Amino acid sequence: MSDPEAFRAETRAWLEANCPPAMRQPVRGEGDIVWGGRKAQLSADQKAWLDAMASRGWTVPDWPKDYGGGGLSPEETKILRQEMARLGCRNPLNSFGISMLGPALLKYGTEAQKKRFLPEIARGEIRWCQGYSEPNAGSDLAGLQTSAEDKGDHFLVNGQKVWTSYADKADWIFCLVRTSRESKHNGISFLLFDMESPGVSTKPILLISGYSPFCETFFDNVEVPKDQLVGELNKGWDVAKYLLGHEREMISGMGLGGGGLGSGGPAALAEDAKRTIGVDAEGRLADPLLRAQMALFEVRERAFRAMSEKFMDELKNGRAHPAQPSMMKYYGTELNKARYELVMAAGGSDALEWESAGSANGAKARAWLRTKANSIEGGTSEIQLNIIAKRILELPGT
Amino acid sequence: MPLFLTDEQSMLRDTARQFVAVTAPISHMRSLRDARDPAGFDRDLWKQFAEMGFTAILIPEGEGGLGLGHVEAGVVLEEIGRNLTPSPFLSTAVTAVTALKPGSADLRQIWFSRIAAGEAVAALAVDEGAKHRPAQIALKAERSGNGFRLTGAKSFVPLGHVADLIVVAARTAGSPGDTDGITLFAVDKGAAGLTATPERLADASVAAQLRLEGVELDADAVIGEVDQGWPGLSRILSAGRVGASSEMLGVGGGAMDMTIGYLKERRQFGVPIGSFQALQHRAAHLYSEMEVARAAVLKAQQLLDADDPGADRAALVAKAMTGLAATLAVQEGVQMHGGIGMTDEYDIGFYMKRGRLLAELFGDTNWAADQLARMSGY
Ligand SMILES: Cc1cc2nc3c(=O)[nH]c(=O)nc-3n(C[C@H](O)[C@H](O)[C@H](O)COP(=O)(O)OP(=O)(O)OC[C@H]3O[C@@H](n4cnc5c(N)ncnc54)[C@H](O)[C@@H]3O)c2cc1C
Repeated sequence: MSDPEAFRAETRAWLEANCPPAMRQPVRGEGDIVWGGRKAQLSADQKAWLDAMASRGWTVPDWPKDYGGGGLSPEETKILRQEMARLGCRNPLNSFGISMLGPALLKYGTEAQKKRFLPEIARGEIRWCQGYSEPNAGSDLAGLQTSAEDKGDHFLVNGQKVWTSYADKADWIFCLVRTSRESKHNGISFLLFDMESPGVSTKPILLISGYSPFCETFFDNVEVPKDQLVGELNKGWDVAKYLLGHEREMISGMGLGGGGLGSGGPAALAEDAKRTIGVDAEGRLADPLLRAQMALFEVRERAFRAMSEKFMDELKNGRAHPAQPSMMKYYGTELNKARYELVMAAGGSDALEWESAGSANGAKARAWLRTKANSIEGGTSEIQLNIIAKRILELPGT
Repeated sequence: MPLFLTDEQSMLRDTARQFVAVTAPISHMRSLRDARDPAGFDRDLWKQFAEMGFTAILIPEGEGGLGLGHVEAGVVLEEIGRNLTPSPFLSTAVTAVTALKPGSADLRQIWFSRIAAGEAVAALAVDEGAKHRPAQIALKAERSGNGFRLTGAKSFVPLGHVADLIVVAARTAGSPGDTDGITLFAVDKGAAGLTATPERLADASVAAQLRLEGVELDADAVIGEVDQGWPGLSRILSAGRVGASSEMLGVGGGAMDMTIGYLKERRQFGVPIGSFQALQHRAAHLYSEMEVARAAVLKAQQLLDADDPGADRAALVAKAMTGLAATLAVQEGVQMHGGIGMTDEYDIGFYMKRGRLLAELFGDTNWAADQLARMSGY
């Protein structure tokens, strides 16, 4: 590759010239995250930043240029991320298209599918949701029943999904359907379709955080063109699992605070605790037990930071164990839950306010409750431990 | 630099893994223990380490060494840990070499060549109580003639009873608790007024209690600057913490591998015990903790090698995290072996003992976490 230091200098200069100052402020909450899509309403700064990055392919820096990516090597991608972090640049675009569907299409999609879907993901034009879970198929995902019948020139989809994050805001869905009942795992196919297709409806579900980021999703005789099947018929489970690896990798980022409130790290947490609790003569937090919990959390947090860097380096260089995302997901999400227990302990009763302006509409309490899903979504912690035990440690099945 | 071993480092690991497993497996340690070997290690083996080039890893290239870094030293230490090999490697090839680097040309010349040749063994004398509190150093070094006169005591000095060179951290000014006023000295074996009482520890290794009663040293025994030894000592201790962490990765990893093997082999209720989900989840959790610890150690090694200002903090993270992970590994190791895990005949208990010593060395998890909290301002 080109000279890394030259690339770093050029990247730094470009980011300084092109990242609007407002996009260098920490993300304060869900409202500051750009998901893209037809229904997205971006501020002028968000749009300028997204367009600038997309014009270089840097919303997906390591995807090939032909599909809207930046064509960067792993090392260049790492440098870009480091330089973005140095300047405090926000992510220009977050999406399930980038972190989940894109990698699966790159591996399993036809050339025509890649050309059709990847560039619009890179530019943030289409927002995707994930239709995996069903009322009776959660951890046992392969037990799914939503059916797709072969009608010659199209599939006819009927059934129900649940916990579909942002189904009401998304434009398209990647959806697991049953195309054969002869085999549990070898009867699943992977379909893409427009959420505006006739017969698709969604119903938001209210979470313990008071928000409704996910839905029940119903399919009633939805017609899906056949060229929207990814991978082979009845071989969708391979695509589904590959995508889950990428989903877990993305969710493991929660271990680093995942943007938003907890991302200030242990020092920011400490500031809050010092405000509510006070300090002793040596400037230490006056609650020694909370201080000890925070210090041990800091050990794991910093160690996990190194783990994330190592994992990404290994992954991008083809050295990671294929089941390692399960370890990352397990550790990162459990860590994030621990972080928010500390956020609540540090905030005391202030952190319990639910509606006040001072609490930014209960931001802490709601974020704390939201983290409890981290170890459920994308496959529960218990399922990740099962996968580690079987695939990495090669322990026997029952 | 990517956070994984380079091809050369991987090759070194393969070489070290093979070499240590063949020449110094756990049975080697067991036989030294059974013989109540007074030195606590095997000098011939130390020679062989030198022939392999291991003892010279951190010694600069122009001074008879290989000029490699803490990543490479760690690779060797991990194998030492995995095989529970009694070895002066950490105190000699890591902390003593790190201590001597800023020393005078004379000191470096004498000791680097002997360490590289496997002819000298070194020890580090910092602690004075049962817990690691480096700023509390009280052992006094007073000016005397053109040199110094050292009086006081040191505890928990691994191999202090046989070391040819002892790096002693002493107080030349200020009072216990001050970081100013500390000076490092190179003390030769057999210096008049120095007594070393060997103490056998739970893991069968030997550490000495040192008494220094008016030990007279020339000014050229000083390493670095008088009164300004704290930064140098901190660097030595960071190297020591990272080295101990590497060894703990080997101890924890060795215990974990042995345990996973046992889970596959031992049958109860007509099935391998490793098919029980309760044990699978605990094993998978342990694996995760060990992986995270490994990343923290490699990060700290790379930062030390790059002379990065974040290296000291990363060393604390590595020490604290490996303390947590390796302690879990040895505890789960004994528990998942059931009764046999409690027998002296079986090796898993040795991991527990060695792990405990390494967890304590250069500051335990709680101490390191406390330091991190101070650095973060709480
Ligand atoms: C915030 C959030 C967002 C989500 N977004 C989406 C989305 O966008 N798209 C989508 O398809 N799904 C989504 N999900 C669904 C998620 O993937 C499922 O909730 C998850 O896989 C668990 O399934 P379940 O809820 O049916 O729980 P169950 O499978 O019923 O699990 C209940 C409990 O049993 C345990 N358990 C189950 N099986 C085993 C086993 N074999 N061994 C040990 N323990 C076991 C589980 O770990 C859990 O503790 C989301 C979930 C949440 C909370």
